[in-house]
Amino acid sequence: MFGFIMYDEIKFKRRQLNFLLIILFLSLIVGCGKGQNNVTTGNLTGILHWGNGTDPQELDPHIVTGIPEHHILSALLEGLVAKDPKTLEPIPAVAKEWSISKDKKTYTFKIRESALWSNGDTLTAHDFVWSWWRALQPKLGNQYAYMLFPIENSENYAKGKISDFSLVGVKALDDLTLQVKLSNPTPYFLQLLDHYSMYPLHKATIEKFGKAHERGTLWTRPGNFIGNGPFILKEWRLFKSIDVIKNPIYWDAKKVKLNGIRFHPIENVTTEERMFRFGQLHKTSSIPIDKVKTYKKNKPGLLKIHPYLGNYFYRFNTTVTHLSDKRVRRALAMSINRKELTERVTKGDESPAYTFTPPGTLGYFAKDGFSFNPSLAKNLMSEAGYPAGKGFPVTELLYNTSEGHRKIAVAIQQMWKKHLGINIVLVNQDWKVYLDSVNTGNYAIARAGWIGDYIDPNTFLDMWVSDGGNNRTGWSNSHYDDLISKQAPISSSKSERYRIMAEAEAILLNNMPVIPIYIYNSKSLVHPSVKGLEPNILNYVLYKNIFLDPVTANQGVE
Amino acid sequence: MFYFTLNRLLQSIPVLLIVITATFFLVRAAPGGPFSAEKNVPPEVVRALEAQYNLDQSIWQQYTSYIGDLLHGDFGPSFRYPGRTVNELIAAGLPVTGELALYAMLLAVLIGASAGIYAGLRPNSLHDYLPMSISMVGICIPSFLMGPLLVLFFGIYMEWLPISGWGSSPGDKILPTLTLGLGYAAFIARLSRGGILEVMTKDYIRTAKAKGLPVKVIVLKHALRGGLIPVVAFLGPAFAGLLSGSFVVETIFQIPGLGRFYVQAAFNRDYTMILGTTIFFATLIILFNLLSDVIAVWLDPKLRQQYRSDK
Repeated sequence: MFGFIMYDEIKFKRRQLNFLLIILFLSLIVGCGKGQNNVTTGNLTGILHWGNGTDPQELDPHIVTGIPEHHILSALLEGLVAKDPKTLEPIPAVAKEWSISKDKKTYTFKIRESALWSNGDTLTAHDFVWSWWRALQPKLGNQYAYMLFPIENSENYAKGKISDFSLVGVKALDDLTLQVKLSNPTPYFLQLLDHYSMYPLHKATIEKFGKAHERGTLWTRPGNFIGNGPFILKEWRLFKSIDVIKNPIYWDAKKVKLNGIRFHPIENVTTEERMFRFGQLHKTSSIPIDKVKTYKKNKPGLLKIHPYLGNYFYRFNTTVTHLSDKRVRRALAMSINRKELTERVTKGDESPAYTFTPPGTLGYFAKDGFSFNPSLAKNLMSEAGYPAGKGFPVTELLYNTSEGHRKIAVAIQQMWKKHLGINIVLVNQDWKVYLDSVNTGNYAIARAGWIGDYIDPNTFLDMWVSDGGNNRTGWSNSHYDDLISKQAPISSSKSERYRIMAEAEAILLNNMPVIPIYIYNSKSLVHPSVKGLEPNILNYVLYKNIFLDPVTANQGVE
Repeated sequence: MFYFTLNRLLQSIPVLLIVITATFFLVRAAPGGPFSAEKNVPPEVVRALEAQYNLDQSIWQQYTSYIGDLLHGDFGPSFRYPGRTVNELIAAGLPVTGELALYAMLLAVLIGASAGIYAGLRPNSLHDYLPMSISMVGICIPSFLMGPLLVLFFGIYMEWLPISGWGSSPGDKILPTLTLGLGYAAFIARLSRGGILEVMTKDYIRTAKAKGLPVKVIVLKHALRGGLIPVVAFLGPAFAGLLSGSFVVETIFQIPGLGRFYVQAAFNRDYTMILGTTIFFATLIILFNLLSDVIAVWLDPKLRQQYRSDK
């Protein structure tokens, strides 16, 4: 009897102890979960937490090709000019002023005396000459070398046709004066200067770690990287985060309000959205489509949607017999109900596209080349010999594997079936296989997207010239080539140039080697404490304008 | 034992060589190269890039120089991350993935084996059915569902635990460990239940019972050793599986581990990275299989006997 009581007591005590331990453990983890998050601490310390998409490949502006890299580099480096985030017009940066010759082919930049490298060296016009020389080195394999091609002879140099760099139209007249000669008046040239391939690089640093044309040397590592931007590279934790801190000797340091930025590489948009909800990010790079509705309804203040300089379209392989008839291509374009597609399928407030160039490219507006008109489409198909779709071969629609592309393809497949009576088979391929298929013309209809490099219709139209590397449709039109490659570049005024562009776009839409579907939107989540972030069609960010307002820190996400 | 281990090690060399060769030629045979992109890459740039990475040489030259480098332990530069070598990337991801896999394994063994033994000792009762049904559910729920469910409950509704990162805030290792470990725990539970159930019917257990030994002693001293052999056999490949298969968990929780860039490398056609990680994982799998075989031989007198007579 006594023994039993003892045993029970011990058992009871042990249970009590276990219970206490569990409570202790739970309170411990509860304690770490609440209160402490990146947004609240960031707001107090002036550190912006930025969702930055995929992992940056590198931080060498002559090697990288992506948007995530662009974001980091535009914090670390600065070009001759920057853009006003509101109007996207050029504003002074390293160059305090510039003049353009009468023939619009010679630009002279005055570099500000206060421009310094982050190690204290003065930044001179020679730095630009050297950096652009490096950008054009054929051995380096710079994929964005073409951004420099408006400069006289630069294309010949990059392609190895000439080897004397002094023939390329860039010269340092003195330490603080840079002269650039263009082959043609290029109205968007100032915009290009803000692309990372045109940023100045610190010669001594690059040469310290290897040859100028060598890829992947250690000069881009924290501690080695010397930049001229508002921030300095502090830490690069592989696949985890990149930290930049304020550069105290940046010429406009007074204006820089953030103490630093932490770039979080997050590939998965669902994870990114959860991190935002948990207060780990001030801003996401994107948002999962299925969350747009919820945010619109419950927290509309956090959701930022605005048009983006890019479009979603389908390419035709015009060498495929039944797709070589432009009536067929136009019929297919006219029987897609884009309004329904954007409202019911993509659901991100995208605007339907009836032109190839998105509207709002600094005053250029193309005329709608077609409309949603199923009955006219039916007639066109009959004319082409496929009344009610009879005799139309089963055609493959190719897209790269993604749920979003699949949904759109399914919807369009149904629309074509309904309005034209034709049968489409959907084929999806992994990204690299898809690229290979499209590049080698091994497709009939293929999904595509295009993001403009700069704000000008040219970035959307010059790709369709015959044998243009991005054409990939087999379509060519000599009048179109003439307008884009010969007439537009030498046109005397902006209005004249836009008229030529519009004429070319009308040809493109009339022949329809591609079907524009919708204009991209930029969608992201932004915490209310983030101020000074202007929405614009380039998603252009001027980090020195951004600041965090702790007053609004506690509102919002909950 | 020594000869057994040596023998198995020697056997693994041709296996590795086949893995290397097959992967080397397969990645190059896959459509789409490492430098293709949506924006057309001019041919002269492609040529320059191919020259930088020796892709302009004949495939045989590429193969021999790769094997040569490999013998020096050099996996080469990554194509996707030009400033990094594959060695560097593996070195960066391995500690993280290794730690995650270790925790998940410990959790799996702890929960799995105790639930399995508990159920196995009480066959066909509620004490058996309940944990076994739960484990069946555990096996059926994939980690890409388990992860978000755990995040939703512990992270977002209860706000108890961080939902992302690894070692950046306290407690952020708990949810990934649970997500990765629970599925394996369920497997181990079922395996150990089966093992215990079988062992408990053995003659030597009956003898032990007849001797009047307490149940605790019978289980701990006699039944476990035999009952856990299937679990041990499973642990080796499972650990390798945890290392190479943590891709989903690493993506959900934003963990900078090896599993994530193994999969990314394949999508990016990062030849050297695919090869490097494949060789690395193949070696691990071979080693862990070997390890679990050695332990199994050590645990099971019958196997030891068999091996001696074979020799």
